[in-house]
Amino acid sequence: MMPEISLNILDVAQNSITAGASLIQISVIALNSEDTLTVVIEDNGCGMNEEQVKRVTDPFYTTRKTRKVGLGIPFFKLAAESTGGSFVIESTLGKGTRVEAVFGLSHIDRMPLGDINSTIHTLIHYNTGIDFLYKYQVDERGFELDTREFKQILGDVELDSYEVSEYIKEYLSENKTEVDNGLLI
Amino acid sequence: MKSLEELKAIRERMQGRVGVRSEDENQTRVVVGMATCGIASGARPVLTALSDAVQTRALDNVSVTQTGCIGLCQYEPIIEVFEPGKDKVTYVKMTAEKALEVLDKHVLGGQVVTEYTINSMK
Repeated sequence: MMPEISLNILDVAQNSITAGASLIQISVIALNSEDTLTVVIEDNGCGMNEEQVKRVTDPFYTTRKTRKVGLGIPFFKLAAESTGGSFVIESTLGKGTRVEAVFGLSHIDRMPLGDINSTIHTLIHYNTGIDFLYKYQVDERGFELDTREFKQILGDVELDSYEVSEYIKEYLSENKTEVDNGLLI
Repeated sequence: MKSLEELKAIRERMQGRVGVRSEDENQTRVVVGMATCGIASGARPVLTALSDAVQTRALDNVSVTQTGCIGLCQYEPIIEVFEPGKDKVTYVKMTAEKALEVLDKHVLGGQVVTEYTINSMK
């Protein structure tokens, strides 16, 4: 199992990258009123056919050739469902895939969100050809990071250049703290 | 909230300094396995430590990239070092600290850290 939800997000987003997505949307929404922590990862990659979608939560199904098990999606599903939450994966061939995991926010078995900033920063830094729209929300407060907006400002300055990379780290950490007051979710 | 004005300022500063990235045959590649097995075993801090070190120290002759499952899941986190003209060296059960040691001793210093290589596991 993954020790943090943010590592599941990194893992599932790697599938979107492999699927050739040009835009990956990730949202993390904690609502105390509903007692839920909802994670959505949505891409515009190649998608899957009905048969593949059905089998993707089966640990003994994988598209990989190096080994015979595929644990990423089953891990994520189990982590959500074991907190009284839910897990849905929808996909359309040629259009993309949407994964939604709902966790019981106060459930004792819910693993911590963990270092989500590091996950988002890693994804952006190593995939500058892909756009990311990241939303983080706790109750009524939230912020967004849209790499399309960043790229528009930057022009020909690279997203993974040192100064920009540092800026993205600060942007994530300052805005996250403002949203959740530094409270660990 | 952190403003986008700062990003605009960075662009002003950096314009004219772009397009000098070197990706030639003299570059050493450090590759980190980032599939489910790697991530679950702690590959994210390894990748972050390496890329931070390469950026803060401006190591132009080193590139850090990621790859999928290398097929040795039980030894994750794994990093592979590709030096031009030399055989690939595979390091296993990495941590951020060990990875930085590999960067210093092997990638920059030219000495393979044999105690962390896959061969030391057998």
